[in-house]
Amino acid sequence: MHNFDFVKPTSIADAVQAMGGDGAQALSGGQTLIPTMKQRLAAPTVLVSLTGISEMQGVCMGEGGLHIGAATPHAVVAREAEAHYPALAALAGGIGDPAVRNKGTIGGSLANNDPAACYPSAVLASGATVVTNTRRIAADDWFQGMFSTALTEGEIITSVIFPVPAKAAYVKFNQPASRFALTAVFVAKYPDGVRVAVTGASAGGVFRWTEAEAALSANFAASAIAGLTADASDMIGDLHGSQAYRANLVKVLTGRAVTAAG
Amino acid sequence: MPKDHGIGASSKRREDIRFLTGKGVYTDDMNIAGQAHAVMVRSNVAHGKIVRVDTTAAEAMPGVLAVFTGEDFAAVGGNPAGWLINSRDGTPMREPKRPVLAHGKVRHVGDAYAAVVADTYQQARDAAQVIADASEIEELPAIVNMVDAVANASNRVHDEIPDNLCYDWGWIEDNRAKVDAAIKSAPHVTTLELVNNRLIPNAMEPRASIGEYFPGTQDYKLTTTSQNPHLTRLLVAAFVLGIPENKLQVVAPDVGGGFGSKIYHYGEEALVLAAAKNLHRPVRWTAERSESFLSDAHGRDHVTKIELACDLEGNFIAFRTETLANVGAYLSNFATVTPTFLHGTLMAGPYKVPNVYVNVKTVFTNTAPVDAYRGAGRPEATYSLERVVDKMCRELGLDPFEVRRKNFVTTDMFPYTTPVALVYDTGNYQATLDKVMEMADVGAFEARRAASAAKGKLRGMGLSTWVEACGIAPSHLVGILGARVGLYDAATVRVNATGNLSVMVGAHSHGQGHETVFAQIVADKLGIPESSVEIVHGDTAKIPFGMGSYGSRSLAVCGSAMTKAVDKIIAKGKKIAAHMLEAAEGDITFADGKFSVAGTDKAKTFGEIAFSAYVPHNYPLETLEPGLEETAFYDPANFTYPAGAYLCEVEVDEGTGKVDVVAFHCADDFGNIMNPMIVEGQVHGGVGQGIGQALCEFTTYDENGQLLTGSYMDYAMPRAEDLPFYNVDYSCQTPCTHNPLGVKGCGEAGAIGSPPAVVNAVIDALQRGGHTSVTHIDMPVSPSRVWTAMNA
Amino acid sequence: MTKVSMTVNGRAVSAETEGRTLLSAYLRDGLRLTGTHVGCDTSQCGACVVHVDGQPVKSCTVFAQDVAGADVRTIEGMANADGSLGVIQQAFQDHHGLQCGFCTPGMVMSAAALLAENPRPSEHEVRHYLEGNICRCTGYHNIVKAVMAASGQDVSALAAE
Repeated sequence: MHNFDFVKPTSIADAVQAMGGDGAQALSGGQTLIPTMKQRLAAPTVLVSLTGISEMQGVCMGEGGLHIGAATPHAVVAREAEAHYPALAALAGGIGDPAVRNKGTIGGSLANNDPAACYPSAVLASGATVVTNTRRIAADDWFQGMFSTALTEGEIITSVIFPVPAKAAYVKFNQPASRFALTAVFVAKYPDGVRVAVTGASAGGVFRWTEAEAALSANFAASAIAGLTADASDMIGDLHGSQAYRANLVKVLTGRAVTAAG
Repeated sequence: MPKDHGIGASSKRREDIRFLTGKGVYTDDMNIAGQAHAVMVRSNVAHGKIVRVDTTAAEAMPGVLAVFTGEDFAAVGGNPAGWLINSRDGTPMREPKRPVLAHGKVRHVGDAYAAVVADTYQQARDAAQVIADASEIEELPAIVNMVDAVANASNRVHDEIPDNLCYDWGWIEDNRAKVDAAIKSAPHVTTLELVNNRLIPNAMEPRASIGEYFPGTQDYKLTTTSQNPHLTRLLVAAFVLGIPENKLQVVAPDVGGGFGSKIYHYGEEALVLAAAKNLHRPVRWTAERSESFLSDAHGRDHVTKIELACDLEGNFIAFRTETLANVGAYLSNFATVTPTFLHGTLMAGPYKVPNVYVNVKTVFTNTAPVDAYRGAGRPEATYSLERVVDKMCRELGLDPFEVRRKNFVTTDMFPYTTPVALVYDTGNYQATLDKVMEMADVGAFEARRAASAAKGKLRGMGLSTWVEACGIAPSHLVGILGARVGLYDAATVRVNATGNLSVMVGAHSHGQGHETVFAQIVADKLGIPESSVEIVHGDTAKIPFGMGSYGSRSLAVCGSAMTKAVDKIIAKGKKIAAHMLEAAEGDITFADGKFSVAGTDKAKTFGEIAFSAYVPHNYPLETLEPGLEETAFYDPANFTYPAGAYLCEVEVDEGTGKVDVVAFHCADDFGNIMNPMIVEGQVHGGVGQGIGQALCEFTTYDENGQLLTGSYMDYAMPRAEDLPFYNVDYSCQTPCTHNPLGVKGCGEAGAIGSPPAVVNAVIDALQRGGHTSVTHIDMPVSPSRVWTAMNA
Repeated sequence: MTKVSMTVNGRAVSAETEGRTLLSAYLRDGLRLTGTHVGCDTSQCGACVVHVDGQPVKSCTVFAQDVAGADVRTIEGMANADGSLGVIQQAFQDHHGLQCGFCTPGMVMSAAALLAENPRPSEHEVRHYLEGNICRCTGYHNIVKAVMAASGQDVSALAAE
């Protein structure tokens, strides 16, 4: 990979300042960024590590729900969110593998917005709020297509706030090589309705399956979506599954998630 | 009681100590004073004319010591094919030159056309990028698909080969008319078209090589990830660089798996040697994994049509196959024999079928070279046969167990000559079938199926019965068939003065555990502790000229050489004992580590004999040489024929198409067993790779010849969660009749026998689940393929 | 170049690094601890797993400068003080949980991390935890068996289902 200067600020303010330089790139867990840099597909001149900033770490209940520091590794979320939001904890505990979960972070995942990443589905299905050093962004506004988000240059995600649903579940079907989601569905039932978010399936990145949300809001049972069909035309078709196959997975996994949510 | 030492004991592996403590020394672990680093510049197009390789900017970069291009190697030799195959019409195969670095044209993505050597790896990598950016390669249309390659005569991988065909081979040509007639008149013919999916071996250690040159003596040294250091030395010295063999030492130190991919000589080995000579510095190269995907020899990649003719009771009348086999852009060393003599000769399977004819057309494409990968030809043959047998049983409503049983070669028929020219020396196919049915409790399958159904899963059971040819290979036979090398092996047993032994062997261990098992055998034969025996391998400066490890040959061939050398040691020991005990040589017996005079209590221990051999103060030198060291070469009289019956049970998730292997039973006949623990481990590993081929592994190039499965992000290898515990039995033993240990080889069996068992089980599950139109799914039977088949 | 110090296997160490120096390269090239292997470039194979402050990470996907000051443990630090094999290492030898040995250091480090958090894992838990460690030789059977044995469980009769 190309060389760069490595800096590791200890406060958000210092990190923001470091990010202002030419060619600066934030590094969180690095589990996607570092392989990308090895392939020379990314070549920052300054890499700003966000893992030394204590105010971006941790999991706790607070105003608006469960607050997760953006630099909190998946393994910590899997442990510490368990008591508050078990479906989210389970999702975090199923990302990558144990070693990856000790480095990868929620902020890194959301900033990258890989169309097959796990976290985007939880954020979107929970109607979570992404907090940055400058503003708060609703989940519905955050995701702007594959590898694209509302994040602006130099802006840093500092935390994510998840309203805690009454019931929720995440069901992931692994892409057999990468262990990313070939397709995965997060279902969350709130007092004002059910939200269903799908990752891995669409070229546009994570999306809400609104027909299923309507049906499940009326009747929170797998049978409620029996008559629905996910639209295959927007799906990814690749080596690991056709568009029709992914459309099928969307429906099958949604049903299983509803059943798992109980 | 199981034995606790010697032949048949599950001795723990001595090599594990260094591997478990991080003290193994693999090629890339070495750090040689003054070393420089090489990085290859690889083509990013599948097919292109090299218009210009511009190295000027790179040469001026910091740390850059030298740049090499195809021009620099234009005058040296090519990396040769090890086996000449003749086409049906008698013409020899087409054999294009495979240069160290591409010259004139690049022929696959990853084809190296330049190399940079610099003080540091990063400097070399940076300069390689500059060369790639500054060079001009005019992209030509890629030839990717084998059918198109043969049909489209105007587009050529090698300009001098008009139809991209290496050869059109028939086996046996004299059978052809008879087989055609038998199929024409048969009561029933089952036809199956199938793909044997292209695999990428993916030994966990990427390839690496270090070249050294010693100007004072003009000696070279190559340290490299090889399964066969002497073969590599022969190829790189005699064929490619023109270095005298005696001036090149090749060392294959700890090697992290091979599975075939490290048999072959690769251009990087020649490059680091030439660069070391040029720079008078050690030069090292280590592949990144993404380079391995592009440049290691791949495996399999057959498209086959097989026909099985039989009567209505399922008695086999004939097998006929037509296969297109991909060799990629160049001929790797064993590429031409793998789809022919390692494939076609096995096409009778364990069956007494009277008529077999095999046709293989081997095709050049703009893809990485394809060569032997664990099993090499035999998995392809077994898969074709066992799939078509299963399909026939379904078409005729016959029991797949009974059909196989009634077609087996029976024990009274050995030695048995097949219609495809092998002579099976021994076997008992009924026994392994009975055994696996007992292990799997076939009678209780219905209850297990019902239990799976209660969980919402479809369950199926699949069988595969197979025979393979191992112990590669009898030189007299392979010579007739076109081999350009002998396939004997060699061992030297050196008894040291203090009675311990150094045993130098031509086989190479890259996971097989030779250091332990070979020591067990020697210790057992000599009646001494295993700890007194050291096995030395992997260094041409230390070992006799052996041919390395592949084709499940180490024990059957090299182990036999070692046994012969031990016999010579005993014979010499008797001479020494006769002298020491003042007895006639014919009266000396050897047992339990002691040389005794028959009928007396006069004896000398092995240690006393050894000491005497090196302190020959009163030897009758005209009749007794000092020293106790013997070398033996062993060339097998025949192949060995391991065989077995494998039974797989799967559960299929109808919603997602996901297949879980829930039970896998192996009843193998490997002949005599030296170390049961290691044999089981070999079967586990082979079955794991076979399940990988059946369920998840595949290699895809797009229409431009770009490798789409070029990293672990897209090339799926089984993880621990994807595989079950295996149930392995090797109690059915018909010892090999023609080697001294009675062994057959166990390294490839698992990978050969398992893929059809898995696929047969999946088809069975779908059929029982009501998806009766699904009669075949090509490997890998991935979730999407299974779901698509169910919902077609 | 920047000097990076940390504790490796209980010993204070330091070596020069560039920004791009990975922890795996720091260990292998900087400290000559070559037991940590690099088998891929996409953070998949797990041959490079080491512990950083007690947690397993893939050392090929961590920059050395990012873990300056950390407490790192590698395969070279897993044997007993007297040099004999540790419990997990011994179980791998006893149950033939390795063949070529290349993935083994990462497997042992992952197994150690598992047993630290789950002292008696089930077969499923072992297989699931080892998801990020690829072995091409063993078919995993004897690795799973070794890890379960290292946890004190009777593994004499393990088979599918």
